[in-house]
Amino acid sequence: MTQHLWLIPLFPLAGFLVNGLRGRRASKGFVNAVAIGTVLLSFLWAVKTIWALAPLEGPYVERYFTWIESGALKIGCDLAVDRLSAVMLLVVTGVGLLIHIYAIGYMAHEGGYYRFFAYLNLFMFFMLTLVLAANFLLMFVGWEGVGLCSYLLIGFYFLRQSATNAGNKAFIVNRIGDFGFSLAILLILVKFGSLDFATVFSKIGGLPEEASAGVLTTIALLLLVGATGKSAQIPLYVWLPDAMEGPTPVSALIHAATMVTAGVYMVARSAALYLKAPLALDAVAWIGVLTAFFAATIGLTQFDIKRVFAYSTISQIGYMFLGLGAGAFGAGIFHLWSHAFFKALLFLGAGSVIHAVGQQDLRRMGGLRQHVPVTFATLLCAAVAIAGVPFTSGFFSKDEILLAAHHHAPWMFWLGVLTAGMTAFYVFRAIFLAFFGEYRGAGHPHESPAVMTLPLAALAVLSLAGGYFNVARWLEPLFPSPVVPHDTLLVGVATTAGLAGIALAYVFYVLRPGLADRVAERLGRLYRLVYNQYFVDEVYQALVVQPVVGGSRELLWQGVDVGVIDGAVNGVGARARGIGAVLRRLQSGYIRSYATWVLLGSLAALVAIGVTGGMR
Amino acid sequence: MDTVPLAWFLLLSAVLFGLGVAGFVFRRNIITVFMSIELMLNAVNLSFIAFASRLGQVDGQVFAFFVMVVAAAEAAVGLAIILTVFRNRATLQIDELDSLKN
Repeated sequence: MTQHLWLIPLFPLAGFLVNGLRGRRASKGFVNAVAIGTVLLSFLWAVKTIWALAPLEGPYVERYFTWIESGALKIGCDLAVDRLSAVMLLVVTGVGLLIHIYAIGYMAHEGGYYRFFAYLNLFMFFMLTLVLAANFLLMFVGWEGVGLCSYLLIGFYFLRQSATNAGNKAFIVNRIGDFGFSLAILLILVKFGSLDFATVFSKIGGLPEEASAGVLTTIALLLLVGATGKSAQIPLYVWLPDAMEGPTPVSALIHAATMVTAGVYMVARSAALYLKAPLALDAVAWIGVLTAFFAATIGLTQFDIKRVFAYSTISQIGYMFLGLGAGAFGAGIFHLWSHAFFKALLFLGAGSVIHAVGQQDLRRMGGLRQHVPVTFATLLCAAVAIAGVPFTSGFFSKDEILLAAHHHAPWMFWLGVLTAGMTAFYVFRAIFLAFFGEYRGAGHPHESPAVMTLPLAALAVLSLAGGYFNVARWLEPLFPSPVVPHDTLLVGVATTAGLAGIALAYVFYVLRPGLADRVAERLGRLYRLVYNQYFVDEVYQALVVQPVVGGSRELLWQGVDVGVIDGAVNGVGARARGIGAVLRRLQSGYIRSYATWVLLGSLAALVAIGVTGGMR
Repeated sequence: MDTVPLAWFLLLSAVLFGLGVAGFVFRRNIITVFMSIELMLNAVNLSFIAFASRLGQVDGQVFAFFVMVVAAAEAAVGLAIILTVFRNRATLQIDELDSLKN
C-alpha cells in the first residue's frame, strides 16, 4: 500500500504558500494555525508512515515521475524512507513542531510575524525533501533550499547591518561547500551513470577495489567538503557563530537541531561510499575530532550566551563526524538524535532567558534562578544531557562515539574526552553565570509564557530520556558497524571528565567567583587568542576574502571587465562614430554638391573605362 | 542629307550635354537647374536619333520616345515639386534648400 510520502514535505509547503501570500493581512491566530497545523500534520503523517512501515528493515521507495531524462540518464522525483531517514524525519518534524510552538511566544512582539513563519515552513519543506530524497540530485535541491531559508532567517532582522552581513556570510561560505557537493554529484554521475542512492550504493560493491579507489576517495572527499560547509566543520565553520544574529527559534531549529546536521546525515547516507574510501573516512574523523576540540576551547571563553551554544553546536557536530569517521555511523546518528533534543532545548532556554532579561551577555545576567524557575529547570536538564551525566541522552550517544573513537585511534578518544570535559565546563559556566549569584542586569526579569515553557518541558523530557531509544542499535541493519567491545573503564573515564567539568565550573563561577578572571589574566595572551576565536575570521579575511575581493575589483572588474570587455564593445562603437563623422561631411544637404559628386563619379567612371579600354 | 557626318551630331550632342551639366552644377535657380536636366536629356536624345538614322535601325528612335515620355512625366512631377517648394519656402534659390542636412 502506498504511503503518500509526498504529503510529508507538502504540508509545510502549503503552509508557506498560504502564510507567504495571505499572512500579511491575516490575524496572528490564522498564521499560527497554518504554521503549526501544517507542521503538526507533517509530524503525524511521518509517525503514521513509520508506524505503518514498521519494522522498516529495508528502504521503502515511492517513485512519482521522471524529473530529468536525457539519453541514458534518468533522474526520478523519488522519495524513500529507511531507518536512517525515519530518525531524521522524527527529529525534523518533532523538534520542528516544538520549536514552531515556542516561536509563537518568542516572536509575539516582533514585526514580520507572518514572514517568519512562512520562512520556517519553507525550511521544513526543504529539510524534509532533503531527508526523504531517494537520489543525490533531489537531496541537493533540499540541501540548497535549507541554505536559502537559513540565509533568509539569519537576515530576518534585515534592518540590522550585522544580521544581513551574517546572512551573506552563511550563504557564501555554504556556496564553497555546495560547490564540492555538486562536483561530487557530477563525479558520481560520470562514474555510476545514475544518482539513485540504491543504484549507486549497490554498484559500489561490484567495483574493482584497486582501480576505483581513487575516484571513490575523490567523491567522498568532495562530499565531505559539502558536509563541512553545511555542518559548520573546520575549515568552513565560521558562518555558524555569526548565524546567531537570527531569531533564537531559528538558531534552535536550523542552526542546532536540523539543518546543520544535514552534513552528518549525508555522510551517513553515503556510508557505503565512505567504507570503500578509508582515506576519506579518516579525514571525516580528523575533521570531527579537531573541530570538536577547537570549537570547545572557544566556547570556554565567550560571554554571549548564544555564541557559547553556537560553538557548542560546532563542537558537538564534530563529535558526530568523529563517530562517522570512526566507522560507527549509527553512533554518529545517535548523537545527532540526542543532540537535536538537548541543543534545541539549550537554545530555546537561552531564548527564554534573553526574552526575560532583554539581552544576551552572560555578564549582565546572574541570579535568574528565582526569576525564571521553569527555564532554569529545563536548561539544567539540557546541560546535564550535553555534559554526559549518566543516564541522560547525551551520556549514551557520546559514549558510543567515544568507544568507537578509541577503537579507531586512541588519541582521538583522549581528545574527545578532553572535549567532553570542556563541554561540561562551558555549558555549566553559562548556567552558573546566568542563574546563580546576584542579578547584574537592569529591569525585572519575568518568566516566559506557557506557550514557550511547554515546549521547553517536552524537550527536557526528551533530553533526559531520548537515550533510551538506542538509535545506534536500531540502525545496525543499515551500517556494518565495527565490533566495539563495551569497555566500562573507558565509559567511566569519559563520564568522569564530564562530571569534573561541571565541578570545575562550580568552583570557578559559584564558590570563588573571581577565580575565572584571575586565571584568564594569568593566561594572558593564550586567553586573548582563544577569546578572539583564534582570529580565524581575521585570517580568512586576510588570506581569502581580501585577495578575492581585491582581485575581483582590480583585475576582474577594472582590468578584464572595464578594460577588455567594455573596451571592445565601446571601441567598436567609437570607431563606428569616427568613421561616421568623416563620411557625414559628404551629406551636406546641398543638391549642387551632390550633383558635383555625381559628375565627379561619372568622370571617374569614364576615365576608368578609357584606361581599361572600354567594355571589350 | 547624308553629307552631314555623324561626328558633328555627336559633337553637338556632347556640347549640349556639357552645357546641361554646367547649368545643373553652377546655376542657383531651381527652374534653371530643371531646364538643364531637360537639356541633358535632349542632348542624349540627339545622339540616339543620330545613331538610329546612321545605322538604319529603329531602336534608337524607340529609346528617344522612351526618354521623351520619362522627361514629360518628370516635368510634370518636377514642376509640381518646385511649385510646392516655392509655396512653402518662398524661395527658389537651391542653396537655401538644405533641410536634407542634419
